[in-house]
Amino acid sequence: MREFARLFAELDETTATNRKLDALQAYFSSAAPANAAWAVYFLAGGKPRQAVPTRLLRDYAIEYAQLDGWLFDECYHAVGDLAETIAHILPPPEHHSDVGLAVWMQERIGPLRGADPVAIRAALFGFWNQLEPRERFLLTKLIGGGFRVGVSRLLVTRALSTIAAVDSKLIAQRLMGWTDGSVAPTASGFLQLIAAPSDDEHKLRGGQPYPFFLAHQLQGAPQTLGALADWQIEWKYDGIRAQLVRRGAQNYLWSRGEELITERFPELAALRLPEGTVIDGEVLVWIDGAPRPEPFSDLQKRIGRKTLSAKLLAELPAVLVAYDLLEEAGVDLRALPQHERRSLLAALVAGIGQPQLTLSPLIEATGWDQLAQIRTESRARGVEGMMVKAKDAQYGVGRTKNVGTWWKWKIDPYAIDAVLIYAQAGHGRRASLYTDYTFAVWDANELGERRLVPFTKAYSGLTDAEIAVVDNAIRKTTVEKFGPVRSVRPTMVFEIGFEGIALSSRHKAGIAVRFPRILRRRDDKSIDDADTLDTLKGLLAAAGAPPSLSLSPSPSLSLSLSLSPSPFGSSSDPLA
Amino acid sequence: MADMVIVRKQGLYCVPGDFYIDPWRPVERAVITHAHGDHARVGHAHYLSAESGVGILKSRLGQDIRIDGIEYGARIEHKGVTISLHPAGHVLGSSQVRMEHKGEVWVASGDYKVEPDRICAPFEPVRCDTFITESTFGLPIYRWQPEQAIFDDINAWWRSNAGQGRCSVVFAYSFGKAQRILSGLDASIGPIVCHGAVEPLNRVYRAAGVNLPPTAMVLDVDKAALKSAIVIAPPSAAGSSWMKRFGDYSDAFASGWMQLRGARRRRGVDRGFVLSDHADWPGLMMAIRATEASRVIVTHGSIPVMVRWLRQVGLDASGFDTEYGGEDTEAAESGEVAGVAELSQAAPEKTDA
Repeated sequence: MREFARLFAELDETTATNRKLDALQAYFSSAAPANAAWAVYFLAGGKPRQAVPTRLLRDYAIEYAQLDGWLFDECYHAVGDLAETIAHILPPPEHHSDVGLAVWMQERIGPLRGADPVAIRAALFGFWNQLEPRERFLLTKLIGGGFRVGVSRLLVTRALSTIAAVDSKLIAQRLMGWTDGSVAPTASGFLQLIAAPSDDEHKLRGGQPYPFFLAHQLQGAPQTLGALADWQIEWKYDGIRAQLVRRGAQNYLWSRGEELITERFPELAALRLPEGTVIDGEVLVWIDGAPRPEPFSDLQKRIGRKTLSAKLLAELPAVLVAYDLLEEAGVDLRALPQHERRSLLAALVAGIGQPQLTLSPLIEATGWDQLAQIRTESRARGVEGMMVKAKDAQYGVGRTKNVGTWWKWKIDPYAIDAVLIYAQAGHGRRASLYTDYTFAVWDANELGERRLVPFTKAYSGLTDAEIAVVDNAIRKTTVEKFGPVRSVRPTMVFEIGFEGIALSSRHKAGIAVRFPRILRRRDDKSIDDADTLDTLKGLLAAAGAPPSLSLSPSPSLSLSLSLSPSPFGSSSDPLA
Repeated sequence: MADMVIVRKQGLYCVPGDFYIDPWRPVERAVITHAHGDHARVGHAHYLSAESGVGILKSRLGQDIRIDGIEYGARIEHKGVTISLHPAGHVLGSSQVRMEHKGEVWVASGDYKVEPDRICAPFEPVRCDTFITESTFGLPIYRWQPEQAIFDDINAWWRSNAGQGRCSVVFAYSFGKAQRILSGLDASIGPIVCHGAVEPLNRVYRAAGVNLPPTAMVLDVDKAALKSAIVIAPPSAAGSSWMKRFGDYSDAFASGWMQLRGARRRRGVDRGFVLSDHADWPGLMMAIRATEASRVIVTHGSIPVMVRWLRQVGLDASGFDTEYGGEDTEAAESGEVAGVAELSQAAPEKTDA
């Protein structure tokens, strides 16, 4: 634990990539393989289920520190992180522990899951009395399942690649599946991860997907990319990016977050594919014959449900729009150029001939200008813009450009001027600062009286300096405090950007937006100049959202509120 | 009996003695606990401070201020109030103000730290009936390690950087914190460079007999030697062109606020060293108990939390709103770390933390 805590501190303390890489390499070359295996699991994004309920962690920490609940809550509000709060309030330890990470995970933390509260209490008191604050912090993170660290998976891959002297693409491939919880990290697993390449690589793969190839944001004009003829253009759909793997006579559907989501999509699980096939594509709700896919919010309903009723499957059918072919007849195609993979994909999809598998259409244009013209149809088509893929690109690993590039050429976001009405302190590095805001637009009642209706929350988009100013203003204009939330006198107008808009019965404004963020503060506008709900409704109408499905939610819809769609990318946060 | 000390718009006011303690608006008579900008302001007609704080007050407020210094523990009589000053352990010349009137004793703490250090007189608990305490770090999450552990961390970090040919830069408030760090540095590792805002204060400390390792100004050190140097600079130097000469340096911030990961990350420095010149939560509780006061008045910091907790443990506790560390304590807290001081106008050097 001590070594891992030191590594964590080193990674947490520096913002420099090279120093993080040094710290990772130093750790992996000295740690025992069993401990290193667990470190890889956590650093690569593994999230074990919570071993002890938060409530027990909190209550026992309060008891151990001899504080009161209210005082603990004050501390928590200042810190913004449960594990860190607990780490700081406990008196210093009387003992020391040299137990390694693997033993902690398997023999100490693991058995706490489902254990009797009395046993949990005794165990925690014992642990706390032998760990330093930063080790206690990690302990709670490991128990609570909320471990996050500021390294990318790519960086972990690079560090492993260096100490193993194995190509980083191969490491990335072997890392697939490490974090989905299906395999316990073991010493032999770690040794395999850093072993010299073998002939059995492919067999060892099982149902694992390939590392996803990710696109870069196109910043300048597309003309800078050269001749259009060198590029393959497709729509950028707004669904769940996924790989459908067929191996061992079974289908596996993996989201980009490496979650196995096959069970959520029985129609894709049932797709008949030849053995040894891997398709990269987008899962969408797309009603047969409709000109466009349904909005992401309908896909969320599919993700959120515990059980998928026949009615829901019929109302919200899922399809896989195929982008790419990564494996055919058990052969890895990723090193083939994009256009060749595309030909093979087209032939495969045509041969399968099932409605739940379609081919992502290519967009033809005479030049970039015409393409830009076509791109203006994006909203009406229910897509986020275009993908621009180099025709000779290999299928790379992660967000890389070394073997060819994919660009995403997104349309400008919607923008609305809205008024800040509630604020909540942030977490982590934004703890004690009011950084999470609720924004409202004007609505008029039958009598023509204007009132502000909350329409979205937004957390990102301001710089630290801007946050400091807004934080200060929030404290000065606070009307009421409800726990960590403050209502403020409306004074500040912000331009809020978002990608999509849909009807919603869960939001006060009756509208949900997708990927909301703050574009800028509008000091030049008074709150009276902020936009109205009618403006939003206008955007909704222009987007041509099909109202039929979203208008009459079934009573069980509220269940999906508590389920986070996070593995599939962030979405608008439901307003209470 | 009427309260001996009350809050007026000018500051904390001793009613029978007709003087102010650390007033924030110009007054006739001001007793100054220490020379940080939010406690020692310009414009008062008469100043009184600890003898060891006179030099620093003059250097900050002007050589021509009318100021009297008294030794710690010496008693003076003013309008029937016996006044004495007692070490607060915060910075050079910092004191608590003891006021005795008709047998009743009040003590105003100013800012204080209970762990002794090498650069100022250690905190002395003073028995009193009413104790006016600061509460900058008045939450149980603030527990400091012994300063030597922090110095060891700083030296280890410096040594490691020097070994890799990388300069080490520590941002710290120039009065107090900078000298405290200096007092713990291992000068055998490399040259110690101080920013132009820090060096004059080093001179004041040295003149007061405090032993600090040799320091140099940046122009006195040749470029190659800078790679193994440690640089002490005020937070305002971060991001300035002055920093460019240090090349690929590693940076750190030394403050009690660095206890929290969020604050460290907001600072955007490589390292946060948790070194404070204020009492931590256990220190505040210990100091309050040591005064044996039955009544406690809490100022700047976590007033509501401390008041509620002290009441719960049986003390008669209340709060005073002051302008130390900014009007809104939470804002001052986050401002301290988020750089509001640089954004807001007319901020003198923020209170040290």
